[in-house]
Amino acid sequence: MALVLQPRREPSKAMVWAAPVIAVLATLIVGALLFTALGYDGFGAVNAIFIQPLLNSNRWQDLLVKAAPLTLIATGLAVGFRANVWNIGAEGQYVFGALAATGIALLTLDMQGLWILPAMVVAGVLGGMVYASVPAFLRVRLGVNEILSSLMLNYVAVQLLFYLMRGPWRDPMGFGFPQTAMFSLDQTLPRVIPGTLIHLGVPVALAAALTMWFLMARTLAGFQVRVVGAAPQAARFAGFRETRVVWMSFLIGGGLAGMAGTFEVSGPFGQMVPTFPVGYGFTAIIVAFLGRLHPLGIVAAALVLALTYVGGESAQTTVGLPAAAVGVFQAMLLFFLLGSDILVRYRLVRKGAPPARALPVTASPATRAVPGAAE
Amino acid sequence: MPARLELSGITKRFPGVVANEAVSFAVQPGTIHALLGENGAGKSTLVKIIYGVQRADEGTVSIDGRAVDIGSPKAARALGVAMVFQHFSLFEAMTVLENIALGMDDPPPASALEAEVRRVLDTYGLSLDPHRDVHTLSVGERQRIEIVRALLQRPKLLIMDEPTSVLTPQEVEQLFGTLRQLADSGCSILYISHKLNEIKALCASATILRGGKVVAQCDPRAETARSMAELMIGGSLKDLSVKAGRSFGSERFAVSRLSAPGEPPFGTSLKDISFSVRSGEIFGIAGVAGNGQNELLAVISGERREGVSGEIRLEGRPIEGLSVSDRRRAGLASVPEERNGHAAVPGMTLTENALLSARAKKGLSAKGILRFGAARDYAGAVIKAFGVKATGPGATAGSLSGGNLQKFIMGREICQEPAVLVVSQPTWGVDAGAASFIRQSMIDLVAKGAAIVVVSQDLDELLELCDRLAVLNEGRLSEPMAVQTISVERVGLLMGGVHGAHDADADTAPRAA
Repeated sequence: MALVLQPRREPSKAMVWAAPVIAVLATLIVGALLFTALGYDGFGAVNAIFIQPLLNSNRWQDLLVKAAPLTLIATGLAVGFRANVWNIGAEGQYVFGALAATGIALLTLDMQGLWILPAMVVAGVLGGMVYASVPAFLRVRLGVNEILSSLMLNYVAVQLLFYLMRGPWRDPMGFGFPQTAMFSLDQTLPRVIPGTLIHLGVPVALAAALTMWFLMARTLAGFQVRVVGAAPQAARFAGFRETRVVWMSFLIGGGLAGMAGTFEVSGPFGQMVPTFPVGYGFTAIIVAFLGRLHPLGIVAAALVLALTYVGGESAQTTVGLPAAAVGVFQAMLLFFLLGSDILVRYRLVRKGAPPARALPVTASPATRAVPGAAE
Repeated sequence: MPARLELSGITKRFPGVVANEAVSFAVQPGTIHALLGENGAGKSTLVKIIYGVQRADEGTVSIDGRAVDIGSPKAARALGVAMVFQHFSLFEAMTVLENIALGMDDPPPASALEAEVRRVLDTYGLSLDPHRDVHTLSVGERQRIEIVRALLQRPKLLIMDEPTSVLTPQEVEQLFGTLRQLADSGCSILYISHKLNEIKALCASATILRGGKVVAQCDPRAETARSMAELMIGGSLKDLSVKAGRSFGSERFAVSRLSAPGEPPFGTSLKDISFSVRSGEIFGIAGVAGNGQNELLAVISGERREGVSGEIRLEGRPIEGLSVSDRRRAGLASVPEERNGHAAVPGMTLTENALLSARAKKGLSAKGILRFGAARDYAGAVIKAFGVKATGPGATAGSLSGGNLQKFIMGREICQEPAVLVVSQPTWGVDAGAASFIRQSMIDLVAKGAAIVVVSQDLDELLELCDRLAVLNEGRLSEPMAVQTISVERVGLLMGGVHGAHDADADTAPRAA
């Protein structure tokens, strides 16, 4: 007797949207049990990570600041995921975009003017796009699997960051620390609410998600992306070119990741440091799927994942959880999401028990030839 | 003597549908019994129950008078039941013999198996080389592999599921010869089909299913094809309005010296294809599947442009350099063979599916913005004009039955009033009512001056619809023939790759291509 998955006739619409909620709840429960079993205060940990930041209004700004880059990156990735273009390289595009913006910042350290920050943003977006066009080119022209190429390029970008921090871009006045000079005021992302940490990146991320919603739902370009993802042959029938959609997916994904990188380096960080990559590019993949690839769902999902960052930090001090616990919770979330998604589309059934009665075996041996003369 | 196979009270329910309801009938030893019904009538489910792929919820299956419990295809084979499926399961890159061995529960050594295979081939006069690679074989030869596979089991009951849908008329005759010989030697055959003339020619008894129930038992030899069709669809058939008296205008669409590489890995390349169609004319392209039909459709529609040489002209204007969308704007409409995932996106609504091919002509998008209101109205208009059974423009394409989706797709193209419509397998897998509606809509379209190219494997359909037809074989197109004066035998030979030297007379001296 075995359990097999049987496709459901039609997945329930409600369950498609309930699955992320179920995944979050399962993560909380299993996470609490797991860390209890490991000898920590598991329920305290879940409380510290997922509940306390919500109750403490001082932490809300932290949530928004962490959710902004996740929203930007996930919004861009979701375009590609809709089209079956698997850009796993957002972390690298995020770093590369931030490096491009940092380059402008280092060139303009002694200058003044309102144009400097916009120039950094443009450089950051272009940097992300340039970095994303490598796997795009490889896939379109040479048929290279973009999952592998974009994934591996993440590590290249991080190594480039390390090199620049230790060598060419190291702050000469920085006592030998591997980091750049602090950015000037004109290079720093302004706060939108004075007295808080909430910077311009927060409303921009929300605007980006809303814009993408419109683009995907209402424009021909968004429709092309959806058709290419759902049925590539039908896309050709409709006159849509897959290569164009692949390029578009990578450029949007890379561009938004680069923008997020620019906002981080010019906002919360205020300089480039080797610890700049914190995995937003990978976490954004979870955000995109938890948000059902829908721009508004992504905003909500980004807030949930931002919780794991914000709460994870405080749980290290209050419950004494290791830093890796955040990664465990994020991974569990993705695991339970994928699991519930499977059960939304399939049902689990017991495969036929072997017949209780013995079969009347009357036929001749199956391998003998010469058919016919049965009687 | 007890019946070879007896079903009594077989009922099978799936969530939302009853596939079979209290089905009872019997097949006598050594007879060929037809199981007749439209798509969705429950034939497949019933056969799966007999072959052990599925279990009945109620009822009993008896073989030779003994009630049996068939839990798996293996158990069915042990009881002497063999089956030849409509879709072959063969590995193209392996030989005939290797494929046969792979399909056996307990294959003997290769040399012993080859001897047995050759004995079966000799006994039934089947020609097949056990050492050929499958991808070099015609569809008819591939089917013979499946038949040999079945016969090696010395079956007492052989189930044939729509075996002739991919065969040429000559191959059908050969197959019938084999089946009759098999029946004479005592094996019962359950023959599933919806081709009534074949059933009249082959079967001594028939069970007709409709909506999962047995609606009639008859002797096909005593019935007319029409009377059986009416039993099958549960109503009276509408005649197509006469095609005689159609008048042709000037040349609308012409293809000359068109060549293109085949789809990898085993696709058929197109070789030097030329034909032309006039205004008001329906031009048919007959042929067995896999002879370049899909390639031809893709090249004409513009979905494939790489490596294509030759000319395509629409009203005298060359269009071979244009994109899919530009060809549509020029007045070309196309309907590919595959509905789900090619002509339509199953997971999208009919409104969204209308956007696929009607954007330009019906103004469903402007400056890159989709006009959903207009798309909804157009989808609604198509649903109404073509009598599509759907909950409305918001229904997903995947929720429609095959026939209704095909009506929607044909309607989506025809309501754009194209100058030229190129359509592949317009009624494949479509119930008889929808099929006759679709054919009529094509006749009405040419009456308004359009030109239509129909690619189909169904020769009867082409003979009914077309003014002229040509045969596509291994990527080459024969000379066009006027349908009124056509010889079915010659068409069959062309389909089988035998190109007679001259005209369509009794010159049938076979010359292998």
